[in-house]
This record gives sequence, structure tokens and C-alpha cells, in this order.
Amino acid sequence: MESLMQDLKAKIIGQLNLQHLSPEQIGDDEPLFVDGLGLDSIDALELIVMLQQHYGIKIANPEEGPKIFRSVRSIAEYVMAHQKVG
Amino acid sequence: MNYITSWCRIRQNAVTANGQTVFEDRASGLPDFLTNTYRYLQIDYPKFYKMDRLCQLGFLAAEVMLRGRTLKEEYPPESVAVVLANRHSSLDTDVRYQESMSGIPSPALFVYTLPNIVIGEICIRHQIKGENTFFVQEQFDIPFLNDYTGQLLEQGAALAVIGGWVDVFQDQYEAFLYLAGQKQTPGSVIHNRQNVSALYGIVDAGS
Repeated sequence: MESLMQDLKAKIIGQLNLQHLSPEQIGDDEPLFVDGLGLDSIDALELIVMLQQHYGIKIANPEEGPKIFRSVRSIAEYVMAHQKVG
Repeated sequence: MNYITSWCRIRQNAVTANGQTVFEDRASGLPDFLTNTYRYLQIDYPKFYKMDRLCQLGFLAAEVMLRGRTLKEEYPPESVAVVLANRHSSLDTDVRYQESMSGIPSPALFVYTLPNIVIGEICIRHQIKGENTFFVQEQFDIPFLNDYTGQLLEQGAALAVIGGWVDVFQDQYEAFLYLAGQKQTPGSVIHNRQNVSALYGIVDAGS
């Protein structure tokens, strides 16, 4: 889980062009939208692309988005629950 | 009578404002040059990193041109117009977006596949709410731009105008912006074709 969260932070920085941040500056439970990192709706689309590209996960129900992308930890939990084994 | 009170030119890895060299970075390619300029200027605007190169170039030119002044304190936001032009439209990003379509197309790239987005980025940063227009031309048509911006000022459609040329395609790039308005400041020159040409060409205008 810890390793996955570190991996996610690095990928989020790369995918969303957040070069002003380092992975250490993103808290595991920090909100990604609004108050926390201040991501926007385009970033949300990029996060969906990131899950598909790097983890092979398609989000079937868009209404789950706010819950999945609440924080790095919530994304990691979703990846662990949905990533195909092998 | 209207006056050009500030101008900025970015080309050949050098940033010039009001006739003075602000920053040079001869060794870098365009992406690094833009990022190094941003860091040199100590701007705190993380959205810069998300912009495409056309927007980064226009953003930096506006930033340097308006450095040390707050436009909204000089003119009502609704009275400031932005009129820009270039040769390559958003082709630099269009090509990269097309390439991304071989996999999963990038939404973040897609939002920059229009040339006038650079105007939007400048307006957001400087809280400008006036008329804006972006022209795509074969080459920088100074008489046309001067007449268009002059007409906006003379007819009262705007009290100030940011005009200029912001063009990027692959390794080719150039930005030239000027601020023209009713207010005269020390060092300002009259807004006319001759002075816009002089500032663009040799950065040594007379009034």
C-alpha cells in the first residue's frame, strides 16, 4: 500500500504537470481537489486516463469519481481492489 | 492620443522588456528556456506548468511586460482588450494531441488546441475582462494590428489594449507584446505604426 501510494504520487505529478511539487509534499490523505492540491475537472479526466494507462483500470461508474479521487490513499485503495492479478 | 507604456519581446532565448534584457538562456531548448525564465522571474503560479508552450510564452511575455504594475488599478478590467496574432495557430499542441490519439488522448492537451487560449491565460492572470481577439496571419502584420487596436481605443471600446504576436511551432517561437492606452508614463511612446514597428524590430523607438 505504501509503495503504491508513492508510485501514485510520482505518476500524479507527471500526468498532471505538477513539477512544482515533490512526492513528499503530497499527503496520503490530503484532498486532491478544491482545498488540497486544488486540482480541477481537466485534472480529474487526466486521473481517469492515468488509471487506465498505468493500472489497466476503467472507472465504470463516473459517480464514483469523487470518492475514488478524494486522496492518494483512496486512489490506492481503489487500485488495490480493482487491479487484475498477474 | 494613445501611448505604448510597456512592451516585451521574447525570441532567440532572450527576454527583453522596454529595451532592457531581462533574462537570457542561450543553451536551452524552448521548453527548458520557458521554465528557466519562469523560475528566474520567481513567479508563483503553478498553473504555468500545465500550460502548453504557446500559453507559457504569452504568459511570460505578459508577466514581464506588466511587471511592477497592477493593470486593474490603472484601468477597469472591462476596459482592457487583448488582441493577439500568430502564424501557427495552436499547431504545436495540435500535433502533440494528434500523436496522443494513438493511445489515450490527453484531455489536458486537448484544452490547448485553440490559439486564443493564450489570451484566456493572460486574462485570468491579470484579471482582464475586455474584448479579445486572436488572428492567424501569414506574418506579423503590424499595420493591421496597429489599426485594429487603435480603433478599439479611439472608439472607446477599450481604454487600454494588449496587442502583439505570440507564435510557437516546434523550435520556432517569438513573442512581442505591448500595452497601449490613454495614460502616458515616463518613457512611453505614441501608439502608431512606426513606433510599434520600431519596438518590434530594433527596440529603440522615438515618440
